Amino acid sequence: MLLIKCPVCGVEGDETEFHYGGEAHIRRPASHDPDNVSDEDQRDYLFIRRNPRGIHFERWKCARGCGKWFNAARDTLTLEFLACYDITEPAPDLKGSHAAEPRTPRRRARS
Amino acid sequence: MQKYSVFTLARNAVNFHKNWDRAWRSPEPKPAYDVIIIGAGGHGLATAYYLAKEHNITNVAVLEKGWLGGGNTGRNTTIVRSNYLQDESAAIYQLAHGLYEDLSQELNFNIMFSPRGLLMLCQTEHDLRVMTRNAHANRLFGIESRMITPREIKKMVPILNTSRDVRYPVLGALYQRRGGTARHDAVAWGYARMADYRGIDIIQNCEVTDIHVSRGRVTGVTTTRGRIKAAKVAIVTAGNTTRLTDMAGLRMPIESVALQALVSEPVKPVLNVVIMAHTVHGYMSQSDKGELVIGGGTDAYNNYSQRGSFPALQQTVTALVETFPIIGRLKMLRQWAGIVDMTGDRSPIISTTDIHGLFVNCGWGTGGFKSIPGSGFVFADTIANNRPHDIAAPFSLDRFVEGRLIDESAAAGVAH
Repeated sequence: MLLIKCPVCGVEGDETEFHYGGEAHIRRPASHDPDNVSDEDQRDYLFIRRNPRGIHFERWKCARGCGKWFNAARDTLTLEFLACYDITEPAPDLKGSHAAEPRTPRRRARS
Repeated sequence: MQKYSVFTLARNAVNFHKNWDRAWRSPEPKPAYDVIIIGAGGHGLATAYYLAKEHNITNVAVLEKGWLGGGNTGRNTTIVRSNYLQDESAAIYQLAHGLYEDLSQELNFNIMFSPRGLLMLCQTEHDLRVMTRNAHANRLFGIESRMITPREIKKMVPILNTSRDVRYPVLGALYQRRGGTARHDAVAWGYARMADYRGIDIIQNCEVTDIHVSRGRVTGVTTTRGRIKAAKVAIVTAGNTTRLTDMAGLRMPIESVALQALVSEPVKPVLNVVIMAHTVHGYMSQSDKGELVIGGGTDAYNNYSQRGSFPALQQTVTALVETFPIIGRLKMLRQWAGIVDMTGDRSPIISTTDIHGLFVNCGWGTGGFKSIPGSGFVFADTIANNRPHDIAAPFSLDRFVEGRLIDESAAAGVAH
């Protein structure tokens, strides 16, 4: 069971009091340049995920508390929360994480 | 290979079973192979077997970081069915279902396939509509599947609570008579034994640490037991797919989450069909040992720990206790979790990639076991011919670019 602390209202609870929102820091291409969104960009936005075995930057919602979304850094192997931070903040620079890299893959999945 | 039969059994009984051959070898890895399959689970071993049998490609290694069949193949609730909504899914699951029916004979290994019948309960009006549509789709596709009434269900499953006075009353069920279970370990062992007999090397305790790509072509892998060259590499590693594709620089539309199961103490026979209850997130069957085998929905968040969360387990059990009040006082013996790879549309990926010679078979999510023979069959064909098999083609990676999704969230999002 995960124990989570909301960085907005400060309430602490287990995972049933929060709602998981998937990977954080995903940019919606249409918000930046609506006229030039390729099918590949849209695919990356909708489906491609880092899915790391290790530190994962992800979104959570304080569902039974203040109702606000926030971001968290969690290790997907130890299930340990390493940081909880505001939704507008950039990802913290944690050892072993890949968040600081831009989201441009070396090679795209295509068949 | 020593053929398993009643005569060899009798002959070995005389010698107190001291002279059985090993079911498969433990070979040292050779420096090069034609094809390397990463992952000796059901799908990987089935792929190896059909490569040898259908395409006569036997210079193949199956690399496994742990022991064969020790991942999700040994952790699922062993349900086999094919009553999917979309034609693309129905085709592959029906192929698998058909192969399962003759698999014990084909592999000369008793996989204990038990087509005992499978019920998918409808516990809301919406369920009833979705499942009725499913039944029609199945009938059009030629899959025997029909809706049955609460009275018929009660006759089949006397322990079911059919009272209308509950939060989720049972309103009907989608019934697939040929659905059922098989012994999961035996499927892996049977394929491994036959693949080994046909000359394929199954190398356990051999973890792939890097995949070599040179000028857009795959050239081999680095493992914990040295480098191995190969012109074709197939990744069949379920929840760990992203770790392998990262090595080759491919990014995948997959998230890994935990799926849990549990078994009760053994009891006298109370349930002779497989029951799935989508709305309340639970499904149950009774094993030959008498244990009730119970599974539920996945945990919400990305997870590689092979440990499930308690709230998810609690939700599954709570739901089933209302539907089957008799199990309320059963003790649970074991609980475990496997890491499943979920795609956005809940359909698998069987695909070539834009790296020549690199193939992926993943994204089976919560429903991999039932598809093992079909998946191996079409994937072997895809690898052998460097192009997708007709049944595999709709499941290519392209579909995420083209928006050609195969939406099975109603059939596959919850329970398997």
